[in-house]
Amino acid sequence: MTLKEKARILDKSSMDKTLERIAHEIIEHFKSIDDIAIIGIKTRGAYLAERLAVKLEHLAGKRPLVGALDITLYRDDLTQASEQPVVHATEIGFAIDGKRVVLVDDVLFTGRTIRCALDALIDFGRPAQIQLAVLVDRGHRELPIRADYVGKNVPTSLKETVEVRIEESDGKDEVVVCDKEAQGMITR
Amino acid sequence: MSQKMVWAKKDLLGLEYLSREEIEFILYTASSFKEVTTRQIKKVPALRGKTVVNLFYEPSTRTRMSFELAAKRLSADVINMAVEASSVRKGETLIDTGRNIEALKIDIIVMRHDHSGAPNILARNVRSSVVNAGDGWHEHPTQALLDMFTLKEKLGTIEGLKVSIIGDIAHSRVARSNIWGLTKLGAKVTVCAPPMLIPEGIEKMGVRTTSDIAEALDGADAINVLRMQFERDSAVAFPSRMEYFKQYGITAERLAKCKKDIVVMHPGPINRGIEMSSEVADGGNSVILEQVTNGIAVRMAVLYLVAHAKEAAK
Repeated sequence: MTLKEKARILDKSSMDKTLERIAHEIIEHFKSIDDIAIIGIKTRGAYLAERLAVKLEHLAGKRPLVGALDITLYRDDLTQASEQPVVHATEIGFAIDGKRVVLVDDVLFTGRTIRCALDALIDFGRPAQIQLAVLVDRGHRELPIRADYVGKNVPTSLKETVEVRIEESDGKDEVVVCDKEAQGMITR
Repeated sequence: MSQKMVWAKKDLLGLEYLSREEIEFILYTASSFKEVTTRQIKKVPALRGKTVVNLFYEPSTRTRMSFELAAKRLSADVINMAVEASSVRKGETLIDTGRNIEALKIDIIVMRHDHSGAPNILARNVRSSVVNAGDGWHEHPTQALLDMFTLKEKLGTIEGLKVSIIGDIAHSRVARSNIWGLTKLGAKVTVCAPPMLIPEGIEKMGVRTTSDIAEALDGADAINVLRMQFERDSAVAFPSRMEYFKQYGITAERLAKCKKDIVVMHPGPINRGIEMSSEVADGGNSVILEQVTNGIAVRMAVLYLVAHAKEAAK
């Protein structure tokens, strides 16, 4: 699929400020960092979770628990996906029972990824609470799911895609809205 | 690592038919599944709604159990077909059995057969995926994959490793699959057995042969000690168990002359006091039980890949 970049909605500095604000909101909501686990959805959500953890440590003087979740095995389109998703390992090195989990992902779109993540997470135990933080909410929900912390609300059309690029995986920090060209309308 | 790869094969028949990249991709996928097997809830929904049949024409406990556990941990439904009690005894051919299984809408057939090549014949005749769980003296691909997975876990890489396979090479599908896999991944493989148990022309597979155990152990990073089948084929060529242990058995004395951290593997079941002493089997270099554990992760990866390859090909 060829993408035509249309608008840049976050750059390196505004992405950093956005994450900083989300970190503040998390602290404000939970009051303390104890029993908080920041769990990112692979791949980009995991990098964002790590960045949030660094900011939370800076704000609260203590590093929260951090994990990374691979949701491939829980996808509801496993048997339909034309391209077979590669299974990566989940890395949650602590018991999530009784923890207050903040799930982190880059883009909130249909909500199906988050549905998978909730199923996956609950297979690890019984957290006291699960919240959701996303860098971008682009709308078009297909399930009754909403985010507790949103970096930026970006109204989009279904003909567009939102590309989140992160230093660790893509070489730079930015979020851009692209137009999908007519052929091969597979979304991210 | 080859993470972008798309798996396109509906069957796993042997490592002979796979590329290095495909083998590495299975091992990578297996490492993700290993994490699942360490969870409190060791089950993921990846094969929900799929059915797996274990079709075993030869007795097997551990391989069948391992495949059954792997399928169940992927949320597949599993049925076991014991051939002794089935229509095969009434004269049904392999292809007819396969077509009947297919008519039952079964997605994956895990098959063990005493004739080399039987899974290949079945795979050509059914749309269901076929996974070879050992055929005659031909291949036992998941065993070799779990051996390589364990080696990689212990030593970091397969490339450049010196691996010696010791025992009845002639009658061993485990040896053949290991040779295919290890040489493709760049290991230097030596096979060691009494002369009568080394098949003619095996050097063509890219291995060194010897009948001297000291030569096989010298400098080896890992050894894979095969089971001597004295109840069956092995005895014809080498009748004495005592003599075998004396000449080829892995003992603490022999191990003391090896690399200090040499990895000792065995596909099981062990004949203690024939292929190796109990001291070695239970010692610090042995990874025999880890192989059993890793077998589930490797088989989960294989079932997952073939099941979804089939979907993509439709």
